[in-house]
Amino acid sequence: MGALTAAAPAPPARAARARSPVWSRVCVGLGLLYFLVPLIGMFEFSLRKRREGYSFDAYTAVLSDPQFQATFLYSVVMALVTIVMGTLLVLPAALWVRLRLPKLRPVIEFITLLPLVIPVIVIAFGYIRQFNTSSFLPLLGTVSGTNLLLAFGYSTLALPYMYRAIDNGLRTLDVRTLTEAALSLGAGWGTIIFRIMVPNVLSAILSGAFLTFSIVLGEYVFAALLDRPAFGPFMIALGGNRAYEPAALAVITFAITWACMGLMSLAGRLPRHARTPR
Amino acid sequence: MGRVWTQVAAWGGVIPFLLFAVIFLLLPTMNIIIGAFQSADSAFTLSTLAKLFQPHLVASFWLSIKVSLLSAALGVLCGFLIAVAITHGGLPAWRDPVLSFSGVAANFAGVPLAFAFIATLGRLGFVTVLLRDWFGINIYGAGFNLISFWGLVFVYLYFQISLMILIIIPALDGLRREWREAAEILGASPLQYWRMVALPVLFPALLGTFALLFANSFGAIATAQALTGSSQSLITVQLFAQIRGDVLQDPYVGYAIAFGMIVITGVANAVYIILRSRSEAWVR
Repeated sequence: MGALTAAAPAPPARAARARSPVWSRVCVGLGLLYFLVPLIGMFEFSLRKRREGYSFDAYTAVLSDPQFQATFLYSVVMALVTIVMGTLLVLPAALWVRLRLPKLRPVIEFITLLPLVIPVIVIAFGYIRQFNTSSFLPLLGTVSGTNLLLAFGYSTLALPYMYRAIDNGLRTLDVRTLTEAALSLGAGWGTIIFRIMVPNVLSAILSGAFLTFSIVLGEYVFAALLDRPAFGPFMIALGGNRAYEPAALAVITFAITWACMGLMSLAGRLPRHARTPR
Repeated sequence: MGRVWTQVAAWGGVIPFLLFAVIFLLLPTMNIIIGAFQSADSAFTLSTLAKLFQPHLVASFWLSIKVSLLSAALGVLCGFLIAVAITHGGLPAWRDPVLSFSGVAANFAGVPLAFAFIATLGRLGFVTVLLRDWFGINIYGAGFNLISFWGLVFVYLYFQISLMILIIIPALDGLRREWREAAEILGASPLQYWRMVALPVLFPALLGTFALLFANSFGAIATAQALTGSSQSLITVQLFAQIRGDVLQDPYVGYAIAFGMIVITGVANAVYIILRSRSEAWVR
């Protein structure tokens, strides 16, 4: 599950009172304990593979596992495909809603919320029933079709995050003026989208992309039910028959999640050119 | 002819999006919903839904609802206390680190989260061993078990609390200082201020986030699968087994379970959306 609200920029600091009461320190202290101890625990545990003393053996075992390499690569490729697909679906739609079809906004927003409302497992179940070999779109009949279907499924999961990120990005632009200027200079819609809008909302696309990346990388249900060799099912399988390697995997995944979130907030601060002063 | 093309251009950008949404979101969902009302020969029936009332399915739904209610309630409570401590408890320096960390923790869900807790509180986990070797406390001997109902709730709190903090801090920022000052001038104690001013204003946000957290954990499966295997038979675990074909039963039961889940998360999210728009009216 992802967070809808990415860390919001801090509002002007409210007048901090000089002392912090005991209760607030206790709350934050207990919170720290709850959130940090499992992280320390998984790290300590991941070092215990060798009987005498700590070592990074679990990490070498995981990283050199061909299964790990194959599934990790598969999920990374899936995530990248999902990001491209999500952007291509969402950006034009968000643009059109701003320019020409403002009445459609509630409909589009409702659709982008649906993947949060309908449990993933239900969507995956629907896919299995809808796209089987007797369907009008028998994607499940072939391996490449199933891969494609998984990418479509991930794109639906990414919709809420991509839409919000891109729509927020477009909000900071004077979309109408940019479009009219481009049209009057003879640009086509392809030029407008790829050479004007994409560079301008690149930081928004990237911030949605990093979130999508971290969600797709660890996704389990879709991949397991469509029976694709992704990273999520690999982790479950490893958890069932190894002791220390799962902890090493958790550390690696945590580092990747952290990197994605860091890059996401970094992307949000990229300078934007052609921004209209408002 | 010209007019047709103008129309296409007017809709051009949203057509791929709408097509995608219809084919890959609405149709599959409709397929499930219709399936829940059909018998094997495609006739309309309520007998499929009636199968939901088998005792083991009712128990699974109830277990999922209990886990979700508890983890949502505790998540709201703990997240709220931490958020208040940071925004109003004189710890402004903690604000940005906590927000960033919550963003990571809310997304550190699923399988790795279960692994982290097994490594910490499992039978040979870091804390278990530490307590045993240093303090002579055997938590498993004392009846603790991570692979249990409460263990699951405890693990879910990791992403529930973080999500709560992410959502509620902006709402807490919306509490105007003037309100507190006005209350103080009128002689209100801090407790009275919270009870009679702040909490009523925040109430829709709190309840709305509660509904969101509920739906969030109700649809979850990966953490439970990795932590407890199938020993805690949540309704998602049941549906997963149905779809995988691990359970040889009436295939239509799957439709009924999925439909029941849509109804429950649908209601929870409707509550969230309605209350969020109400809370925004105040906070702006």
